[in-house]
Amino acid sequence: MEIFVCLKLVPNTQDTEVRIDSSKRDILKVRLSYTINEADDYALEAALQLKEKVGGQITVITVGEAQADEMLRMALAKGADQAIRLSDEVFTNFRYDPLTIAYLLAKAISQYKYDLILTGAIASDDGYSAVGPALAGFLKIPSAAYVTYLELIDNQRLKVSRELEGGLLENKELALPCVLSIQTGINKPRYASILGIKRASSKPLTVLNAGQLNVNQKDLKMFIDLVEMYYPEIVSKAQIISGNEEEISEKLALIIKEKVGL
Amino acid sequence: MILVVIEHQHGALKDINFELLTLAHKLARSRNEEVATVILGSNPVSFIDAVTSFVNKIFVIEDSNLENFNNYLYINYLSKLITEQKPNLILIGHTGQGIDFAPYLASSLNLPIITDIFDAEFSDDKILARRTMYGGKLNAKVLTSAIPAILTVRQGSFEKNLSPITSQAHVERLTLTVDSCELEKSKFLGYTEAPSTGIDITKADVIVAVGRGIKEEKNLALVEEFAQEIGGTLACTRPIIDAGWLPKDRQVGSSGKTVKPKLYIALGISGAFQHISGMKSSELIIAVNKDPEAPIFSVAHYGVVADLFKVLPALAAKIKELKKR
Repeated sequence: MEIFVCLKLVPNTQDTEVRIDSSKRDILKVRLSYTINEADDYALEAALQLKEKVGGQITVITVGEAQADEMLRMALAKGADQAIRLSDEVFTNFRYDPLTIAYLLAKAISQYKYDLILTGAIASDDGYSAVGPALAGFLKIPSAAYVTYLELIDNQRLKVSRELEGGLLENKELALPCVLSIQTGINKPRYASILGIKRASSKPLTVLNAGQLNVNQKDLKMFIDLVEMYYPEIVSKAQIISGNEEEISEKLALIIKEKVGL
Repeated sequence: MILVVIEHQHGALKDINFELLTLAHKLARSRNEEVATVILGSNPVSFIDAVTSFVNKIFVIEDSNLENFNNYLYINYLSKLITEQKPNLILIGHTGQGIDFAPYLASSLNLPIITDIFDAEFSDDKILARRTMYGGKLNAKVLTSAIPAILTVRQGSFEKNLSPITSQAHVERLTLTVDSCELEKSKFLGYTEAPSTGIDITKADVIVAVGRGIKEEKNLALVEEFAQEIGGTLACTRPIIDAGWLPKDRQVGSSGKTVKPKLYIALGISGAFQHISGMKSSELIIAVNKDPEAPIFSVAHYGVVADLFKVLPALAAKIKELKKR
């Protein structure tokens, strides 16, 4: 089975303050570390588990600069077979346009044989959730978003569960090839082994530019663009309880007692 | 024309439809557009009645395969409808259903799409939308290159505020077909509820909820003990479920349960939109978080900006003391 996994390198902003830079179209990058997007890590793990079951080859693919190579090498260390990075100066203008990113991925992937394409359900930076389904649209193949379960029925069909609101799952059957956007929590992503890391350095990592993708600048359409970022207005309605732990606890305990009794 | 794609599940309309219509009315007034809706279903009569006074036109696509949502069918039918009717704007809920077909529709029709927006306006012949980034830490204004365009709208962004615009909308039934071979490519099998471990957090009067701030699985014991002390039920945010530390039926939020207890204590929860939407109607909310800018403080009644591992043991001791008195 030929599996593609689309990955994105994102800044690690979980526990950090995020500040807007002077262009207002990007964030301040100093002191930020970069990592594989969380949902993409689950997508990669899903691919690795499928390969362990039925065999095949995993290609990890990203749109980005050389900075993303470390993420690709880590995916190779975990068990992916080859990596592709789509990189060209003209691509960077489209970083806020998920449809163009999906178009570039479709252009690249369609040069190969593919049975299954996995993406993460959502990126932690822009949060569009659009690349997976849009990619399927460009390739004209079935898709499912927010996948929390997948099982191969045979080499032509797949059973999946998708997450809806309130914990409800939609179960469906899809014909291969198809695109699945994988939700966090579907599995437990592995760590790379020392042996895996050693092996990764000899696995192929190919960089493709616009010319190699047969993409002309005039083929690239800007569907949407980010105008500017701004800080949300935080209307804190909470009455802040301050003091030392003893004082805080005293006040909280009384509030709790008054509300629900003890 | 502004076209709203109606969402239904288990034979009932979802609330998001009226939020989408509220936005559609606002946008239609600013540009003198017609408001239309499309209902894809196996038995759309009651859905038509529910929306008929709020739209100028209703397109009905009736097909026995549409009793339940199927993204592939929606894409097939909606592509045809949009190509024929040429709406200037298509509004779809940013829901588990909406996200399963909206971006696909955009790429196959070559139309701009902005997903998960919480506000939008026409800006000349473009759409300017507002949305969050970095998990709610920033907002952004995003502009489409042109119209027609597609927007998926975040749930709860617009309070349902609708006045009738017609006494009865013009209903147009469309007979479209989809190749049976295409139908085989994407088949609906059924719905399943998340497995239950017997705990129903929606029935709890007191909920003690934890988020990423709990750091390690072993720290849950401390919170569990505190919850028992005040007669509370333990609940959590999505990352705790993803890590496998608590079962799915303990999750509060849009992909988990919506709760309204008398008391909700949020420990180490920053307050992602998805979590807040599941607990904001609690009677009394107390939040403990290290980050004073955490969005959880925008819904909490009482806030403590501190390390939960310092506050919690002191609070547990104080509760014990109060109970003895």
